[in-house]
Amino acid sequence: MALDPSFIGRSYPASPVYQVSRAKIREFAEAIGDDNPLYSDPAAAQAAGYSDVVTPPTFLTIINLAAINVVIEDPELGLDYSRMVHGDQSFVYNRQVCAGDELRVVVHIEDIMHRASNDFINMRADIVDADDEIVVISYAQLVVRDAAKPEEAAV
Amino acid sequence: MTAVGDELPSLSVQVTRKDLVRYAGASLDFNPIHWNEPFAKEVGLPDVIAHGMLTMALAGRVVTQWVSDPGKVLQYGVRFTRPVVVPNDDKGATVELAGKVREVNEDGTVRVDITAKFDGKTVLGKAQALLKLP
Repeated sequence: MALDPSFIGRSYPASPVYQVSRAKIREFAEAIGDDNPLYSDPAAAQAAGYSDVVTPPTFLTIINLAAINVVIEDPELGLDYSRMVHGDQSFVYNRQVCAGDELRVVVHIEDIMHRASNDFINMRADIVDADDEIVVISYAQLVVRDAAKPEEAAV
Repeated sequence: MTAVGDELPSLSVQVTRKDLVRYAGASLDFNPIHWNEPFAKEVGLPDVIAHGMLTMALAGRVVTQWVSDPGKVLQYGVRFTRPVVVPNDDKGATVELAGKVREVNEDGTVRVDITAKFDGKTVLGKAQALLKLP
């Protein structure tokens, strides 16, 4: 079942505030095996010119995923989660996010396409700080694949 | 001076089931295809697979270890083309990561192509980072 193209251009309400913490950054850095001191040592981060420890480039997947899930679970859109895979992901960084930042996510549906029995949905998530400045923009493409070919693009 | 064709130091990372569980907790991505073998097989996968975002994070390490400061990363994107299948043993899956300078721009930015391979095949497509060099 193809997704309804009238959802193109739709924006979702801003997510609740997420406070970036030293502990979560450290936990995430350990989970990806990265021992860069800027992720764990506030003194090292301050010496590099930051207010506090900094986030690894993909750290904001934590709030990006939560915001995308709101779209995935939108009953009006009717996306079949069991056949969905992450097609691509990119981040544009306007500034480095640090511990102490208070962030919200606003998700927009930029495009919906149907090709070769797969649905593609392109989403943009604006991640904004307490001053309403966009600090990071996340672009994600989700693919709702044909149930007959599950092994091809599943991640 | 950085030049087109320069190779970034490569990385080889072993990913076990324990690493997937740890990443699931850290990233709050609890999709069962990343830890529940019967579920993964039921939806047609050969076995449990790694989170695409974990592979993206590992590939990002090639870039951040090169520039030292993650704040130098201006853009980072990948396409997920193949799953990393992680068996239930001590070795898990080995992901081979490398990077190469593709463009050196006049504004002081550098574009890097990243490759991620598992089992001899690329698992990320169009993996690129735009960096600001000091």
